[in-house]
This record gives sequence, C-alpha cells and structure tokens, in this order.
Amino acid sequence: MRVLVTGASGMLGRTTAEALLARGDDVTVLQRRPSRLPCAEVLGDVADPDAVARAARRQDAVVHLAAKVDVTGPRAEYERANVAGTRAVVDACRGQGVGRLVHVSSPSVAHAGAALAGVGAEPADPAHARGHYSRTKAVAELDALAADSASLAVLAVRPHLVWGPGDTQLVGRIVARARAGRLPTIGSGAALVDTTYVDNAAAALVAAVDACGPVHGEALVVSNGEPRPVGEVIDRLCRAAGAPGPRRRVPFRAAWLAGAVVEGAWAVTGRRSTPPVTRFLAEQLATAHWFDQRRTREALGWAPRVRLEEGFARLAAWYAASAA
Amino acid sequence: MTATRTDTGTAPGTGTGAGTAARIPALPPFPGLDPAWSRTVTVADSTGARHEWHVLDNGVADPVGTLLCVHGNPTWSYLWRLLVAAAPPGWRVVAPDHLGMGWSQRLDAPRTLEQRVADLGDLTAALGVTGPVVTVGHDWGGVISLGWALAHRADLRGVVLCNTAVAMPEGDWGPVLIRAADAPGVRTAVTVGTPVFVRATTALSRPPLPRAVRDAFAAPYATAARRRAVGDFVADIPFSPGHPSRPVQEAIAEGVRTLDVPALLLWGPRDPVFGERYLADLRERLPHAALHRYEGASHLLPEDAPQYADAVAQWVTELPGSGTVEPAPPAASDDDPPPLWASLTERAGDESPAVVEVGGETVSWAQLHRRVEHLAAGLAASGVRPGQRVGLLVEPSADLTAAVYAVWRAGAVIVVADKGLGLRGMRRALRSAAVDHVVCSTAGLAAARLMGLPASRIATGSVPALPRRALGAVRTLAEVEDAGRGAPAPVVPPGDADCAVLFTSGATGPAKGVVYTRRQAAAQLALVRGTYRLTPEDRLVAAFAPFALLGPALGIGTAVPDIDITAPGSLTARDLAEAVSAVGATVVFASPAALRRVVATAADLTAAQRTALGGVRLLMSAGAPVPAALLEALRDVLPSAEAHTPYGMTEALPVTDVSAAEVAAAGEGEGVCVGRPLAGVDVRISPLRADGGADGDLTGAPGVTGEVCVRAAHVRDRYDALWATDRAASRPPGWHRTGDVGHLDAEGRLWIEGRLPHVVTTAAGPVTPVGIEQRAERVPGVAAAAAVGVGPAGGQVVVVVVVPEGAGGRSRRLRVAGPDLADAVRAAAGVEVAAVLTAARLPVDIRHQSKVDRRQVAARAARFLAGRPGGRRS
Repeated sequence: MRVLVTGASGMLGRTTAEALLARGDDVTVLQRRPSRLPCAEVLGDVADPDAVARAARRQDAVVHLAAKVDVTGPRAEYERANVAGTRAVVDACRGQGVGRLVHVSSPSVAHAGAALAGVGAEPADPAHARGHYSRTKAVAELDALAADSASLAVLAVRPHLVWGPGDTQLVGRIVARARAGRLPTIGSGAALVDTTYVDNAAAALVAAVDACGPVHGEALVVSNGEPRPVGEVIDRLCRAAGAPGPRRRVPFRAAWLAGAVVEGAWAVTGRRSTPPVTRFLAEQLATAHWFDQRRTREALGWAPRVRLEEGFARLAAWYAASAA
Repeated sequence: MTATRTDTGTAPGTGTGAGTAARIPALPPFPGLDPAWSRTVTVADSTGARHEWHVLDNGVADPVGTLLCVHGNPTWSYLWRLLVAAAPPGWRVVAPDHLGMGWSQRLDAPRTLEQRVADLGDLTAALGVTGPVVTVGHDWGGVISLGWALAHRADLRGVVLCNTAVAMPEGDWGPVLIRAADAPGVRTAVTVGTPVFVRATTALSRPPLPRAVRDAFAAPYATAARRRAVGDFVADIPFSPGHPSRPVQEAIAEGVRTLDVPALLLWGPRDPVFGERYLADLRERLPHAALHRYEGASHLLPEDAPQYADAVAQWVTELPGSGTVEPAPPAASDDDPPPLWASLTERAGDESPAVVEVGGETVSWAQLHRRVEHLAAGLAASGVRPGQRVGLLVEPSADLTAAVYAVWRAGAVIVVADKGLGLRGMRRALRSAAVDHVVCSTAGLAAARLMGLPASRIATGSVPALPRRALGAVRTLAEVEDAGRGAPAPVVPPGDADCAVLFTSGATGPAKGVVYTRRQAAAQLALVRGTYRLTPEDRLVAAFAPFALLGPALGIGTAVPDIDITAPGSLTARDLAEAVSAVGATVVFASPAALRRVVATAADLTAAQRTALGGVRLLMSAGAPVPAALLEALRDVLPSAEAHTPYGMTEALPVTDVSAAEVAAAGEGEGVCVGRPLAGVDVRISPLRADGGADGDLTGAPGVTGEVCVRAAHVRDRYDALWATDRAASRPPGWHRTGDVGHLDAEGRLWIEGRLPHVVTTAAGPVTPVGIEQRAERVPGVAAAAAVGVGPAGGQVVVVVVVPEGAGGRSRRLRVAGPDLADAVRAAAGVEVAAVLTAARLPVDIRHQSKVDRRQVAARAARFLAGRPGGRRS
C-alpha cells in the first residue's frame, strides 16, 4: 500500500513511518526538515497546498500527524499548522483521489477541564477545549470528519499522552524538571490518567490505515488502557530516567492560579519559551482522564502490545544507553 | 354515543355541546412524554353533553389487555408516562385527564364522584376499551378507578392501586392535609386562587423532582380558571356523612371487598397524605392483594419509585391466563410439620434447665412449657389472633424466649428487628411489617413510643408499673400469663401459616422483611439438628443472640451470656466459661469478633472454668469463618471443640457448612471456601454476564462464577411487603437468589467471591473482589484490603484499598500507596490493578462489624481518583 505520513519528524510520526515500512508499505513522508528515514520524502509546510498535493499524489492512504503541539505562542501559529494544515491535507486527498485519511487528533479536543473517568471519544468541542492547541485540533478534527464520504474514508485517532524513548515532549520535560528539582506533584497525585507507549500508538495508527474504510467517520481514543495515579506515572518516568521523583506538593488551586499568572505574563511579554506551568497543565495533572478502549479495540482490531511495565523498562534501558 | 379523534396539536373546537368554550391547547413538549401518545376524544355523557378529553394512549390495536390509568388531584396523565413507556408487548395503556383537569375540557360546574365514574365509563366505551382491563389508580383516581372496575366486572382482569384511599378508616378524620385544604375559606384560596396546592403536591416528592417535571405537572393549571376543578375535586371528598358523594364512595369501598381479581398495592410509606392507616384499610378490604412498599417514596409514588412501571408490567404479564409460565405451586405436603414448641410438650415434666440467663433467671423445661401454654392462652384471650403479627422489642432473656414460643403457640407471627438496624431502621421495619402487637422491655417500650407504632403493647415483667403506664403499655406479660390460666388452649395453626418475619441487616439499603412459614422453620430446625447431630444431651451457649431463641425448638438447653448483643466483642473468656458452666454446654455459637476477645482474656480463666470449657464439643462461628490463627489460639481455650462455620443468610440458613479441617484441606482459591451444600439443599450458579448481572439458566458446573442460588425446604417463603423484590429474587421460581457471587469446585464445594453489586465490570470481563482481597492481605504489611471498581459499568478498573498493619487512627482518608507497597499488591492481585490506595480503616456494616462496605469504599475511591481539587487537602 502507498501511504503518506505527514509530520514524520516527531516521535510518533517517525515510529509510525517505520512501522509501515517494516511491514512493506510504500511510504512517503512530508515535513519541513529531512527525516533521514529510508523512504520517499517531500519537504514542505503542511499548510502549503501545493506541497501537500505533491506528496499525496498516487497515495492510497494518508496518516496526518503534522501539527503544532505546544502550550505557548500566538494563536495564529496553531491555526496555520493545525487548522489550515488539516484543510490542505483534506483538499489534497480529495484532489488526488486518496481513499483513506487517518487524522491524528488528541483527547484534549473533547476535554473541558472536568475529570474524565472511563469515557469514550466524546465529540470534539472547539468552544470548550482548553488552550490554543486543543481548540485548533478540535476544529481540525471536525473538518476532517466532515470530509468523510463515499470516496474518502476518514478516521480520527486520538492517542493519549504518548511517551517513549527519545520523547522530548512529555518525558523529556518531566525529566528535565525533575533533574532541576523543579517538579512538584500537583494536587493529591491521585488523578487516574491513561498514557500510551509510543509503539502502541504507532501500531494503532497502522491498524487505523487498514481499518479505515469499513470503519469511518468517527473518532477513537487510543491509550494503553492502564490508567494509573498521575503521581505514580511521573514517579515511574523519573525512576526510568534515573531522576529524582517529585518531592514537593503544590495544591491544585495554587498551581492553577500560578498557571493563569504565568500565561498572562508570557502573553504580555511575548516570551516563546515553555512556561513552568499553565492552567491547562495544572488541570491535566490534577484531574482524571482515562478512557474506555472497547470501541477503539473493536474498530481497529488492535490491542496494545507493550504493557506499561515493559514500556518503563524500555525507557530505563534507553536512558541507561544514552548516559553510557 | 359518538367520539371523534383528532391530533392534539390541532386544537379541535368542534362538538362542544355543553356550551363551554374551552379548547384544548396544543401541548408543549414535556420531559419523558412522547407527543405521539397524546390525543383528544370528544365524548357525550348521559345527558348528551359533549366534552373534550385529553388522553394518553399508546394506541396498541387488538391488545392482549389494557391498562386504564387514572390520576388523582391535582395531577394529570403525565403521572403515568413511565408506565406508558414500559407497557408490556401487546398491552394498550390508556391514561385520561379527568374532565376539568390536565388538558381536558374545563367545566362550568363541579362533577360528583358518581358522574366521574360514569364519565370514565363513557370514555372507555368511546375509546373501544374492552377486556381484559387492569385499572391503575393513584390518589383520588384510586376511588374512581375502582368505581369503574365495579361497573365493568366482565372486562376486569386486575386492579393496581398506589397511595390512595377508598374510605376513611374508622376513627380517622381524613387526610389531614386535604382536610386542611378543605377548610371553609381555605379551599378556594389554596386550590384555585393560587397555585399552592398544585405546586405543593409535586413538592412532596422524595427525592425532589427535577424542575422541568414539576413545571410539567403545573403546566395545565396556570390560571385560576384552569384550576377550578382542582378545588371542586377537594370539595367532592365526602368527609362528612351528609356529603352528596358519601353513598357512592361507601358503595365503592364496600364493593371492593367483593373484587376477586388479582390486586397489586404499590405504596410510598413517606406519604404525608395517605399514611399507614390507609394502606392497612386497603389490605383489609383486599386481603389477597400483593404489596410492594417502596421505602423512601412519598405520595407521588409513580415519580418517587420510577421502577414501579416495570413492576406493573411484570405483574400484568404474570396474571393468570396471560400465557407466561406461572410459578409452580410449592410442593403440597400432607404431613403437618411438628410444632415449633414440640420439645416443650415432650419435656413438659423435665425439671432440668431449658433457658439460663447467666446472672439471672433459670427456667426449667417444665416451667417453660407451663409458661408458654399460659401465655399463649392469655394472648389469645386478650385478642392476639392467629396470623397476627407480634413485634418483639425485648433483649435476649428468658422472657423473650417465653414470648416467642407463646406467640407461636397462639398461632401468631413473631417479628424480629434487632437493635443493629438503629431506631430509624427498626421503625421502618416494624411499620412495614404492620405489627398488630408488640412485646417490650422498658427500653423496648420507649423505642415503641418513639417509633409511634400503632400496635397494642405488652410489657415484660421487668418494667415497673409507673413507666409502664407512662410508656403506654396496656398489659404486662405476667397479667397475660395470669389471664391464660384456665383459658382454652389456642388451636394449632396450619403448617403453611406464617410464623416469623425476620429482617436482613440492611447493609445495602433498607432492611428487608423475610417471611417464614411454620413448615420452613421446622425444616430449618431439622436441618440444623441433623447437620450438627444435636441430641437432647447437648446444651448450647449462644453468644450470637438470635440463635439463642432456637435452643428450645432444637430441644437443647440454652444459656445466654450477660452481654450486649450489639457489642459481640465484649464477651470475655470468663463470661463464656460462666455461661458454659451454667448449663454444662457442649455447643458454643459465637462470632469471630467475640472469639477474638475470648482468646485475649484467656489468662483470667480459673482451672474450674477451663475444665468446663473442655466439655465443649462443637464451636459454631456466626457471620464469618474463624481465621486459622484465631482457631489455633482457641485450641488452648476450647481444646475439644471442633470448629464449624455455617454459611447462609437471613433468607436461608444454613446452606453449607465447613469445618476448620475442611478449610485447611481446601487450601487457597478464588474466594472463601464455605463447604458443601447440606443435606436436602440444592446450590446452583447463575453465571455472571459481562455487565456484572446474572439472570440466565442455573448451572452446577464447577468453575463457573455467578450468583449463588439456593433451593431447599427451609428457604424463606417470601419477602414481606416487597412483591417486586420477591419476584426478582425468586428466579427461576422455587429458587432463592442470594446476591452472593461464587463458584462450585470439582469437589462440590462452594466458594464465595463477593456480593453481586460489588462485582467489578472491567472491559476484560467481570472481576470478583474476595480473591483479590485475600491475596492482597497475604502481602506482608497489609492488615486488610478491599477491592472495588471505579469508572462506568463495563469499563471499570480495579482499585485496591489496603489498611497497612499498625495503621493508627480511625481516619478513612485515602492516600496513594507508596511504590513498593503498590508493586507488591499489584503482583499479588492476580488481575490488572489501576491504583493501590491506603486508609487507616475500612467502613464496615453495623450488625456484624466485619463485612466491608465496598460500595462506600468504591464511591470514595472514585472521588479521590477523579483528582478533583485534591491539592486542597495536601
């Protein structure tokens, strides 16, 4: 099968492209910088319709991961990468006659801040999603699913908190903070959270490429299906990296207020660096979000192969090897 | 008679021959009401006047039957929306709004009860309603529905009544609230001039109704003109003998006695309008009626107990001739069971002790026999009739024992609700059992007065005269006994007459009354006697109070230690030894909590006491098995005793039995091994479904986990005043669903894995708690554990809450367990565990102080793990 993967420079995009290659698919990747993957490559911006159309030519399926994932920066950047980028991909699929689109989304598109315990994939809600990233991803998912038709099958897949060796987003930031002694537990640390080991997320996307068609027009949350208290997850990640776990506790309300202040300060001063805390982050770390995986597993014919324990062990081995 | 049908939305205006211009407005949307049910019908009455009716009608053609649902005042057919939705296949449901009420046409003049009954008949004729019909009535709709029923006997298949009255019970002044509303000058102001009456009715609901539902009830009564019939309805209640509607109401009330169709009473006991007296009056007029009391529900029963709709649907489909399988009648037995007091008669000349109160009275078999005979005759002479119910509010004592056997001898029914239920629970229990008489100690009298029980009171001898009168006791037990000397002995009741109502612990919801017949009680006694090879040479010490009552029936002398039954842990080794010495006991019945204290105080025993304890051959533990370590320690105190644990419940006891040796031989497994079913007891499993329910065919196959079902001659006859609960627990007919979950092993032993509502429904299938808890409790440093589910049904995750050894304090506050403890518990659990939490203690039930309230643990864990501002407490 000929498959285009957008955003193959990130951990999940790269792992997905590798998984497709490993099973013999004809893979093309699209991103701004060279990926050094052993496959066809189109360099360009995902919001550039010409570049995307070129990449999508003669493809059977597109896995669309390219997105701006962050907590700061002006809204326009998120709009361009996430909303305009997804529209360009949808248009390219239609224009080039691509039959399947796997749109990679996020559970945060349906998260308005309340605890989510064992829920399915609720509809994306741009009006109530928190932060620029979640709001623009919510719009993008609605756009993508609206394009679902007889000629183009669309599936939205929402991997939740993807982590693994080489991850600079979640694991990298937590470990850096822990090493600097600036990693508190927010709230009681009891909130149950689901996470997804990267190989499982990639396998789910590969399964989605195959399932897309018979299954279409819906959103599916993907996770390891092993929720744990958030304090325990962070502790395990830190232990795998040989970093000290959180020692201080910050009450949720204090963290949330600090987030509000920090966001204001960053907005006023136009700082681009990652702030120490945001309201979104405080909520994410202090409220439960774990998901009912039954529909996902049935629809994709997929189940996570790497259990949480195994994931932590692999992460520890990777950190040990990097340190050596 | 003519009728035209139109859609409600078009607001018909034709055929208003009565000259009233009111038109039926288009109905706005109301929660739960399908607009397709709503229609209007124009019907001429006997005078030729034509009226527009608003009717809910599910429109089933050629129905197998019709439910004719009649609302009261001031509601409308909206009251019946759940029943319309729950109608069984093939059943038509017709629910009209009375003329002048709801969305039916407004009237120029009040209508009498007689007219309203006739109106309903005109309407059903116009709608083509023919048999079979089941009437359903609420509030004043009850009387109208019964009026219809009496006028249509040929079509009538059954009657259902909810919180209604057909007559003012003797000495009653009518429902106080309605009388207040009927007072001169008040009625019009309250019922018509303002929406107070309309709004107050829905405000009675418990739990409170959603605002949208209250608004829906009030919607047709928005203006004084639209409320006119609300006031007229109140005015038509015949409080006084001269009232024009009185003869019709009395004719209906008397006619009800002649109804021979099945009847179902559904009742909200918290009704401030129609209280217990009205229920008692209805039961007296319809003695064959099935009853379900929805504890906690108030006047608006169809709102407060929405499950009523399914109960009605089930009841009508089970009516005779409905084509469904009818429950097999209990195997009729010609041989009458031996009386429960047979041993008293046999040992009438025996001067050896039958009942010993340690530190108090000793009663010989001969004395007990005489006392019971006299008391029984006295009770009968003073108005205790066969089949009547006698509540016992007496601490374990010789008086209590004598009272129990005397009540039985008089053919009456004992009602036992113990202090473990708390005063509120006891009040609810004794009211639901509708006790006719109570026998009370001083404390019991005070409780009976506080509970306001409408029953005649008999005081035990220990109550001094002054407080006795102050507390409203009419007679003393001694007076009754005196009266019985020379009075004729009561007739022996038939074998299938009720003999006892016992209450469950109420650990999950209100305590349920469990009814036993004489035959079932006799079967229980025979089973206990046979299982434990009890002979007249045995003597019993019952440190678990209810069991002490059975001593005389088992034909063995019994000693009751001088301890508080609600504090089993207060029994010391010396207390036990004293009780054992008093009767030369061979059998001891005690809870593990009591035995723990006995072991702890064993050092205080004298040599003579140790010798007495050496004569005990059998130790039966109540409630829970004796842990191995405790058993080992008990060998020092009770060296010759074989330890046995019967398994059973209030509804069936015992079901199985297991000895300590058998527990050891069974080893570890999934759950607690409770042994093999006893002789004559069938145990089967109803396999668990993925959603944690169990309702399929029963199996005896080993290794299948599901609800434990029991069939035996000594299983309860029924639940009292809980028709729907009884039906649900008796599937298939003849079996009792225990609510326990477990499996049978290849050796035929039963293993209990938890309670049905505590099953965790994970995406991978149902998971039972006890096995996980046992394995967690074997982790070093863990004193106790509770395994619960968190998350939505079918997608739950397992959470284990552990009490670390040496955890101090009584705090139930939860914390996330440290990584080492979490790892150890996860490794031991045998299932995927999302979180391991700790607490200093776990919530337990009141009666046994040992059963963990997993529902409460689950609710707390769910809140904690949702992470809502947990930071506030850190």
